[in-house]
Amino acid sequence: MDKLIELRDVRKVYSTGRLEVQALRGLDLEVGRNEYVAIVGPSGSGKSTLMNILGCLDTPSSGSYTLSGEAVAGLDRNRLAEIRNRHIGFVFQSFNLLPYATALENVELPLLFAGVSAKERRERAAAMLDRVELGDRMEHKPTELSGGQMQRVAIARALVNRPTILLADEPTGNLDSASGKAIVSLFEELHAAGQTIVLITHDSGIAKLASRVVRVQDGQIVEDVRAAA
Amino acid sequence: MKTLLAELRLVLRLFQADVTHNRKRIALTVIAIGWGTLSIVMLLSFGEGLRQSFHVNTRGMGVGIAVVWPGATTRAWAGLPAGRPIQFTDEDAELIAARIPEIDGVSREYATRRGVSVGEKTVNARVRGVDASFGAMRNITPQPGGRFLNERDLQEKRRVVVLGDELAQDLFGSQDVVGRTVQIQQSTFTVVGVAVPKTMMGMYSGPDKGQATIPATTYKSMWTDHRMSNLIYRPVSPELGDQAKAQLYRILGGRYRFDPADERALGVWDTRRNQQITDNIGLGIQMFLGLIGALTLFVGGMGVANIMYAVVQERTREIGLKMALGAKARQVMAPFVVEALMMTAMGGLLGTFVGLVIITAIGLVPVTDDALAFLGKPTFSLPIAAATALILGSVGTLAGFFPARRAAAIQPAVSLRYE
Ligand SMILES: Nc1ncnc2c1ncn2[C@@H]1O[C@H](COP(=O)(O)OP(=O)(O)OP(=O)(O)O)[C@@H](O)[C@H]1O
Ligand SMILES: [Mg+2]
Repeated sequence: MDKLIELRDVRKVYSTGRLEVQALRGLDLEVGRNEYVAIVGPSGSGKSTLMNILGCLDTPSSGSYTLSGEAVAGLDRNRLAEIRNRHIGFVFQSFNLLPYATALENVELPLLFAGVSAKERRERAAAMLDRVELGDRMEHKPTELSGGQMQRVAIARALVNRPTILLADEPTGNLDSASGKAIVSLFEELHAAGQTIVLITHDSGIAKLASRVVRVQDGQIVEDVRAAA
Repeated sequence: MKTLLAELRLVLRLFQADVTHNRKRIALTVIAIGWGTLSIVMLLSFGEGLRQSFHVNTRGMGVGIAVVWPGATTRAWAGLPAGRPIQFTDEDAELIAARIPEIDGVSREYATRRGVSVGEKTVNARVRGVDASFGAMRNITPQPGGRFLNERDLQEKRRVVVLGDELAQDLFGSQDVVGRTVQIQQSTFTVVGVAVPKTMMGMYSGPDKGQATIPATTYKSMWTDHRMSNLIYRPVSPELGDQAKAQLYRILGGRYRFDPADERALGVWDTRRNQQITDNIGLGIQMFLGLIGALTLFVGGMGVANIMYAVVQERTREIGLKMALGAKARQVMAPFVVEALMMTAMGGLLGTFVGLVIITAIGLVPVTDDALAFLGKPTFSLPIAAATALILGSVGTLAGFFPARRAAAIQPAVSLRYE
């Protein structure tokens, strides 16, 4: 099994004024290709902190992180941006779409930063919107879409540059249960098609669908269960 | 650059969003930039008019010429005592012309104050007797239909006169008087030319507009005992001015037996210097005015920067998102710089337009007053446009750059944290 993600003794300390918060306390994690990992744990346990580090939005205070064979520690901001663009597709709880841009333009963004030509951008973004069944909503602005549709645009955006890993933090948190289910089954399809996924969720029902469940508590992994294949 | 262009559409839409968001603030800022631009354009244009008027008017007396008066020696030389006065003769002019290759024009100037009359009307004016080359050297241009004195006038000692424009006006009530006659010392002179009006920043013995100019030979035949007042000469080129002057001292020193190093033996006014200095002053004024304008514009630039800082603040989350999607520092910054430049450009166009309207309007008003004529007309030129654009561009770039740098320093994890 290829190791895509390799965390070794990762610690994250936030210092806010006098107070120091130890969000992650020596965490080891390996994720292989085409795994579907659900990360669960109580609020404040460090799940989002972990996702930020996995997604190279933040760097560990100590410990090492190797992503797709490359050590991430000590890279400059522009190089990290490149890695995010190349390897990571983010899906957020609150969608984070640009409100003034159309669905198509939103999906084009990662390709824009990658320097892909306008024509190819359009084609790939359109194909991706088709893939999430929004082919008929390309010219719509986010305000003209439902929550479920917005999240599907966000997923199309996350996938458009063919990321090594899809990272999702509570993607169903702002959705009604029907829309949430649609998103979850989309994830299952993607996984079946070979996509590596790391998903953070509160919902144990959703977590059960993943091929592996990692439980985090107080900044440490307390349980790591693989579903029988 | 490619991504910048590709993102331009998004930037435009963002700008639109900002405009609807901060309509009043942006309008005020654009007006502030417009005001700054207007100041720059107006100040530079007035400066340019003034500079040009300086340039032309310092040359009103002639370009690069020197005036030489006889002085008195201050040193004993060749057995002769100090304090000896020098007097010019007609041969001096010939000698200078023949012996100093650095000088290509020489004219004598005899002068006296006399009544010049037309019928009952008499004006007391400076009457000067000069050579034919005097007109070109001293920038005395005849009005259409007339001419300056020529060699034949001198050879034949003709009773002809060229009148200054003001003198013609005073005598005849008109300047179109070629062919008419005036009386000088009971002699009848035919007017062959009237000088074109001009403003003079430098002069000796009064402005040319009030003088009557006659051939030196005629003058001498009328006032046989008069001594030459001064000589005018022009070096071949401005660079040769110092050499020409040294030669002059050498030649005349040999002739009148004074030390060529005895400065006071001759009084030489080398107008090249003044012209250089006034040109520099004109340029200095121009730059000073430009600086004031630039400062005004700078204040407008602060407004733009202020807005952009607020916009960065408002868009923190969006910036974090773009970073998460892989935007590099440059790609995060570019839209803010472009947006600031757009605001600056709008203000710049506004200010330039208003400035051009004002300048054109001023240009249409006829100037009759001497002092106003001296100020010149505000003149908009390509260099001014370029300077304005350059200053606007720098202000806009700076006004966008610093807020953009703050945007690029945003921590994506922090800005995306609050769900
Ligand atoms: N930027 C920060 N500065 C200071 N403390 C932080 C920061 N980010 C997270 N923390 C702290 O680190 C701890 C872990 O936070 P984190 O957001 O990772 O929790 P979480 O597991 O995602 O919680 P939730 O399920 O509520 O989203 C919390 O105590 C939090 O207050
Ligand atoms: Mg969280």
